[in-house]
Amino acid sequence: MPEAYLDNSATTRVWPEVVETMCRIHSEEYGNPSSLHARGLAAERLVRDARRELAGVVGCSPGEIFFTSGGTEANNWAIFGLSRARQARGNRIVSTAIEHPSVLVPLQLLEEQGFEVILLPVDHRGELEMARLEDALTPGTILVCVMAVNNEIGSVHDLEAISAMVRSLSPHAAIHVDAVQALAKLPLPPPGLVETMSFSAHKLHGPKGTGALYVREGTRLLPLLLGGEQEGKLRAGTENVAGIAGMAQAARLSWERGQDTRRLKLQLAKGLEAIAGFNVNGPAPGGGAPHILNAYFEDVPRGEVLVHALASRGVYVSTGSACHSRRDGPSHVLKAMGMKGPALTGAVRFSLGAATTAGEIELAVDATTLAVDEVKIRRGGRK
Amino acid sequence: MIMARYGEIALKGRNRYRFEDLLVDNVRRALHGLGPATIQKTYGRVFISDVDTVPATQRLARVFGLVSLSPVWVLPRDMDAIKARAVAMTSGHAPGTFKVQARRSYKEFPYDSPAINRAVGAHVLEHAPGWSVDVHRPDLVINVEVRQEGVFLFSESVPGPGGLPVGMTGRAVLLLSGGIDSPVAGWMALKRGLELAAVHFHSFPYTGERSREKVVDLGRVLAGYAGSINLYINHFTDIQKAIVESCPHHLTVILMRRMMMRLADRIAEREGALALVTGESLGQVASQTLESIVVTNAVAGRPVLRPLISFDKVEIVDRAQAIGTYHISIRPYEDCCTLFVPRHPVTAPRQEQVAAAEQALDMETLIAGSLERTERVILAAGDAEDWQR
Repeated sequence: MPEAYLDNSATTRVWPEVVETMCRIHSEEYGNPSSLHARGLAAERLVRDARRELAGVVGCSPGEIFFTSGGTEANNWAIFGLSRARQARGNRIVSTAIEHPSVLVPLQLLEEQGFEVILLPVDHRGELEMARLEDALTPGTILVCVMAVNNEIGSVHDLEAISAMVRSLSPHAAIHVDAVQALAKLPLPPPGLVETMSFSAHKLHGPKGTGALYVREGTRLLPLLLGGEQEGKLRAGTENVAGIAGMAQAARLSWERGQDTRRLKLQLAKGLEAIAGFNVNGPAPGGGAPHILNAYFEDVPRGEVLVHALASRGVYVSTGSACHSRRDGPSHVLKAMGMKGPALTGAVRFSLGAATTAGEIELAVDATTLAVDEVKIRRGGRK
Repeated sequence: MIMARYGEIALKGRNRYRFEDLLVDNVRRALHGLGPATIQKTYGRVFISDVDTVPATQRLARVFGLVSLSPVWVLPRDMDAIKARAVAMTSGHAPGTFKVQARRSYKEFPYDSPAINRAVGAHVLEHAPGWSVDVHRPDLVINVEVRQEGVFLFSESVPGPGGLPVGMTGRAVLLLSGGIDSPVAGWMALKRGLELAAVHFHSFPYTGERSREKVVDLGRVLAGYAGSINLYINHFTDIQKAIVESCPHHLTVILMRRMMMRLADRIAEREGALALVTGESLGQVASQTLESIVVTNAVAGRPVLRPLISFDKVEIVDRAQAIGTYHISIRPYEDCCTLFVPRHPVTAPRQEQVAAAEQALDMETLIAGSLERTERVILAAGDAEDWQR
């Protein structure tokens, strides 16, 4: 059966070239970068080259890239590391209601520990209202956390405008950007606009278990993991050499190969529009991120039913986000946008990647047309 | 060596040998893959040797008919060896009170039972600091059995599940959902010696792969007690849709329950089963009022056993936790999509009303079509894993 994998915001297939690189490193260039001998040196060079390559894609200098175990660690580290380093200058942290749980849960912990955490609401498109941000920013604000691209609905925050506002109203605040869904998909903000940015390899056809944090030069950040001198003494632990090399290569390849994504998303939206009851959550398909389309159909009140029906036709998508699919209760993002009824419980996320083809989009449109018809319930019963 | 005691079946008069043979067969099946396993039975006890004691004890703790399990040290008939082992047996426990309980079936042994009690007891008192004797309520009982084949020493025992050996009382079909109750009902049916097949009503795509996997995992846990279980995964979607599309909305649940009974009945026919088993508990939900039970029961062609009928929910949950099904049952995948369930299902349906509503359904075609798309999975005891996080 032909397949269409449109769950790329959950995770992606690793590029074959990246698999090859990682296999070679695991089996042949397996040294520890900290070792004094030649094998150690060779491994250190691999990490150095990867840092340079990733910095090229991010648009920063190599010294500003710190490798982590993934996006979750990068978000946790930035939040704890920045807030604790700035504790003396203030107590307020400003973020949004639609952040990823790896941001929201650390913020919740900081709130329990005495920080004042403000979560800004979003409008019905999932976009931040600048006036709300303006009201929330105070001189005592020490951290502002906003995601570049929302993982469920693909809304995009205007980081240049946010940064300018934060700098003028909260001079002591650091800005952390969760850019997990943005790297290699959208141009990132110019270097220096924010203090930290988190990235994940497996969202861009790289391996799971690898990520990175951009830390602007001169930013004070306390480490999260202790016990080794790696990554400039800021992130202890033997480097995941193969993962790091794989991430950098994958980021570059995805950026080069993903230029068609927006066109494919529009093709998808156009195809789905022909299905009765089709609607979009979040930005209109022409706007927002190029790779995420959150949709629902009036006659399909439960997203997971459509997910199952599509899977049986070889089409893989998510309800809301992959993390929510396994949990009770509707998406916090859609709730924050004020969604109700089928828009809330029937939402399905189609997410594209740099490897997505026009054939997959065609297959997905055909399968969705049939699946929506299969699963809608015609109530013929008398009361 | 492990000593397993069995209880109830020893009381069953002349049929005793058949029951014991069945129990020994079940013990042997439970130990499959753990070594050659020599199994000997004596009155009221089964001795199991030539196996790895730790995993064997875990598996035997799920064999119905066994009341308790004890690891046994087999020693030569030598008083010094007995004394040394008795002292060693205290070492795994915090010091407390003990007593020695000797039994001498091999009468050539020079010490009689009271003499063994005294000699071993005195030795333990002397060599195990902190221990004292309490013959009435001891913390630790050191059993010494002097037999023809050697001296058996054993102390603490792991409780067995009790009940009757699986297969002793017949064969039944369990209606297995992904919920908390039906696996417990199945366990209780097994406990009374029933052999089980199970049927699950799956309504893909309204329920997904993970809810199917959940039911398979529940079936595996039951297979750990049963030896093996045939699990039928029935394609229920078309029946569900037909009911929703052509019958009164408030009767949806009761009509679905009746179809489940009919399907389970057909599967019971195929399996040669004499009864059905459900997890119903009186009054728990709308489909479990007495009126509803009467209406669903009416379409079953054989007795419906309801082991949980008078259990409270908390009692069922406790039991589910004890038998290892609870953590699977609470996985958040629904087994019967709530899309089909009306907000106010009828609680006191009448037979005529329900039968009239069924006139709108092409009963035989629906049942035949659904059975044709029913898949059978054979689940074996060894597949059960106690993996949990």
